[in-house]
Amino acid sequence: MKYEAVIGLEVHVQIKTQSKMFTRVGAGYGQPANTLTDPVVLALPGVLPVMNKAALDAIIKAGLLLGCDIAPVCKWDRKNYFYPDSPKNYQISQYDQPICLNGAVEIELPGSARNIQGEHKSIALTRIHLEEDVGKLNHEAFDSLVDYNRAGTPLMEIVSEPVIKSAEEAYACLTSLRATIIYGGISDCDMEKGQLRCDANISIRPVGETKLGTKVELKNLNSISFVRDGIAHEIKRQIAVVESGGTIVQETRDYDGMTGTSQSLRSKEMAHDYRYFPDPDLMPVKVDVAWKARIQAECPELPFAKQTRFQSDYGLPYTLTSVLVWDKALADYFEEAAKLAGPGKAQAVGNWIVNDLQRELGAAKLDLGDSKVRPAHIAELVNLIAAGTLLSNAAKEVFIDMAATGETPSAIVAKKGLAVAPTDTAELEGWCRDAIAANAKSVAEFKAGKESAINGLKGPIMKASKGKANPKLVDETLRRLLSIS
Amino acid sequence: MSHAAMSSELFNKTIVELAELLAAKTITSVELTQAVIDRTQSVEERVKAFNSFDAAAALAQAAASDARRAAGQSLGALDGIPIGIKDVIAVTGQPLTASSKMLANFVSPYDATVTQKLKKAGAIIWGRLNLDEFAMGSSTENSAFHTTRNPYNLDCVPGGSSGGSAAALAAGEAIATLGSDTGGSIRQPAALCNVVGLKPTYGLVSRFGLIAFASSLDQIGPFNRTVEDAAITLQAIAGYDENDSTSVKVEIPDYRAALKTKKGPWRIGISKEYFGEGLDPEVAAAVEKAVSFYEKMGCVIKNVSLPHTEYGVGVYYIIATAECSSNLSRYDGIRYGHRSADAKDIVDLYYKSRAEGFGPEVKRRIILGTYVLSSGYYDAYYLRAQKVRTLIRQDFLNAYNEVDAIITPTTPTPAFKRGAKADPLAMYLCDVYTIGVNLAGLPGISVPCGFSSSGLPIGMQLIGQPFKEADLLAIANAYDSAHDWAKRTPNL
Repeated sequence: MKYEAVIGLEVHVQIKTQSKMFTRVGAGYGQPANTLTDPVVLALPGVLPVMNKAALDAIIKAGLLLGCDIAPVCKWDRKNYFYPDSPKNYQISQYDQPICLNGAVEIELPGSARNIQGEHKSIALTRIHLEEDVGKLNHEAFDSLVDYNRAGTPLMEIVSEPVIKSAEEAYACLTSLRATIIYGGISDCDMEKGQLRCDANISIRPVGETKLGTKVELKNLNSISFVRDGIAHEIKRQIAVVESGGTIVQETRDYDGMTGTSQSLRSKEMAHDYRYFPDPDLMPVKVDVAWKARIQAECPELPFAKQTRFQSDYGLPYTLTSVLVWDKALADYFEEAAKLAGPGKAQAVGNWIVNDLQRELGAAKLDLGDSKVRPAHIAELVNLIAAGTLLSNAAKEVFIDMAATGETPSAIVAKKGLAVAPTDTAELEGWCRDAIAANAKSVAEFKAGKESAINGLKGPIMKASKGKANPKLVDETLRRLLSIS
Repeated sequence: MSHAAMSSELFNKTIVELAELLAAKTITSVELTQAVIDRTQSVEERVKAFNSFDAAAALAQAAASDARRAAGQSLGALDGIPIGIKDVIAVTGQPLTASSKMLANFVSPYDATVTQKLKKAGAIIWGRLNLDEFAMGSSTENSAFHTTRNPYNLDCVPGGSSGGSAAALAAGEAIATLGSDTGGSIRQPAALCNVVGLKPTYGLVSRFGLIAFASSLDQIGPFNRTVEDAAITLQAIAGYDENDSTSVKVEIPDYRAALKTKKGPWRIGISKEYFGEGLDPEVAAAVEKAVSFYEKMGCVIKNVSLPHTEYGVGVYYIIATAECSSNLSRYDGIRYGHRSADAKDIVDLYYKSRAEGFGPEVKRRIILGTYVLSSGYYDAYYLRAQKVRTLIRQDFLNAYNEVDAIITPTTPTPAFKRGAKADPLAMYLCDVYTIGVNLAGLPGISVPCGFSSSGLPIGMQLIGQPFKEADLLAIANAYDSAHDWAKRTPNL
């Protein structure tokens, strides 16, 4: 029997704000334990929450970027459960009226080849709601320590409909979602820092069946490739269970990306009754049309729209756009360089960025912003080549120097004497005549009709010119001299 | 009896009287504060109103007040006046226990907003006053530490939950006090102890720094010897606070000035729902005499209908317990508060710490509240209670189309004997006349209006319109300034 998978994602994203969700103390990562706390974070007797408006702005932006309906009112509920990482033993969250409803993540499935655009698909979202993050437990040998630095950090929970069909689709969905959120400046989505965390609900059913199978929740998918691998593993596991005559148990499983295995954390019987009710400490906040319009005005162009535009406006091939548009900084860098370089140079600019610059950044482990190569450098480099002043091989050398020193291409060309020979042909003609005189055999072969024999003459000329001779001029001059000799 | 003699004592004077003496430099704040400390040390063994007090800290504040005054920088009527604080309101560096074993050793690292405001007004932040544990009760018998006595009869309760606040003021152990009122916890003990108790409109006074019992009902308010003192104290603590999202941005009028400018006559409502079965005839008679007073001064007395009154207690014990079950979750023995010494794992730690740290009434309410919020019961209890709550509020708002205020007894009976109400339900009915005000979010004030034949105080309640404390205080003051029940101090 053939099976198909049905997958829904639950993605938690920390919102990048100065302060926490319901108090003024700073939000951040990597600080000494329990230094990002105050009476509100620690839930001391008598404290009250006050909503961080910047966090609400950010989630509205996420909702608008993902095409969600924005609720007219932001309402707060309490989710009650006891756990030491939750200082109040309830989490302020949104239950029956999430701030964002519906919406979708646009994804691109892998194409038939690397240079061919894949099929686009829309993954429907159920909701996005705002809540507060919990602290962190550090388990020692005989006791557990709690660090409340993370507690109270604004957190949005994005829930997809169960419409994802494969691990690849889930991977594409998360990639696109992450790019959208980073584009919006909503979060850095660094999974290593826990800024983005993903759980997946996975079930299988025979192809053709319309009823959903029993779902298993997979947790701790703490890198994007673990999401893909974990889901693929879970689908295989479920098929194996069913095919060997077993039944799927509704449970939560923990995926270990290092070993590629999963184990059961808890079964459905242990599910909580969270006793949700409206938080009486927080008034509902009205989100009016003007508010939404203000946020809408801050919404950037998203990767897929940018890709289409880069293809049509700059004539870039798919392979270049598929690298450039997923990193907003890189895409912005490209546009700046392309504009500075002028019309008709965009593809050359794109090639330098995608190939040489990316490689340089990778080798030096640099962020784009830290590179000494600026968009103006790339534009100038491309123009020197186009003008025939600089040859490709020499240009590579210029680039490496530029990355190390941050000097302009023309300064490096001058410093290293890399400019091609002047178009004044006297010197060039001299080199050509010397080559013809010294290579009788090649001359004879060429005159006998062996076209490639002319290359035998070019080598010595380039050597004599120390690589500065313009190959096009060399070729023309040689042919002219050979035809009259 | 030596009432007259005692009234001349500094510790029995009003804020208004003392402010004049301080301003005239007839007395200093240090002398006044010392008189209150001495009085406390002489009667506290019998009254047991305090959980703790810090005489040195109070005297240091008093010295600072005197220095301000000497420099011509007095902060106003409250500057130098010792005010006792219910032990659910945070004061930096002082214990904050909620009269619970759970917080027996907790010291607050921060000030409540009202504490800050009183300090800014120059008040001397005086001792920590006893209450029913976590403000749950009507007699202070639920305090984990000790039961406060009614100064007018030491065998009787002072009411609750702010029993310590009412008893301390009545006994001359403070010049004013703060309490909190969730279902009557200021007004009921005020009535039982012959003092004025004001519960402001929900949202007028910041709750930041008030240990939460039921967030949508809790409100801080003052206990005073006169309505005029209440106006002065309210002035200092009222106002929007950015730390409390439920506090409301409203213009704060000059309450004390309003007592003189607002002269009536008013339209005063009486509701039969507040004069029914269970009302002690002596209480009824005293309130009816107060009604006659208003009638004689030219007020129009009108019957108003509050048909949903009978559901008040039921609705209250669903909403209040639901909220408290969640609010009290934070007391888990992890970060602060009582932690069981012999827990073997995290679940055991929760069970044992909370079982040992909370008293029976608190546990009863947490269990009830947890139940009404449970999946499958939420709609039938909590949601329905919220709907009835809206109807109760609507009853009042309808009545206010016809009247300016409503007059009721504060309590069905005068103070009862300690241990007399062992049945929790009987205790809950002590608040039958005060609960509706909290559910509707309205201001209510209890004003002394007589004594029973056995010498126990009786209070009447005036219920006002939202954020119209100025009118409510003026109406209450018309009666209060014409009577001197509060001058009848207890014989301790």
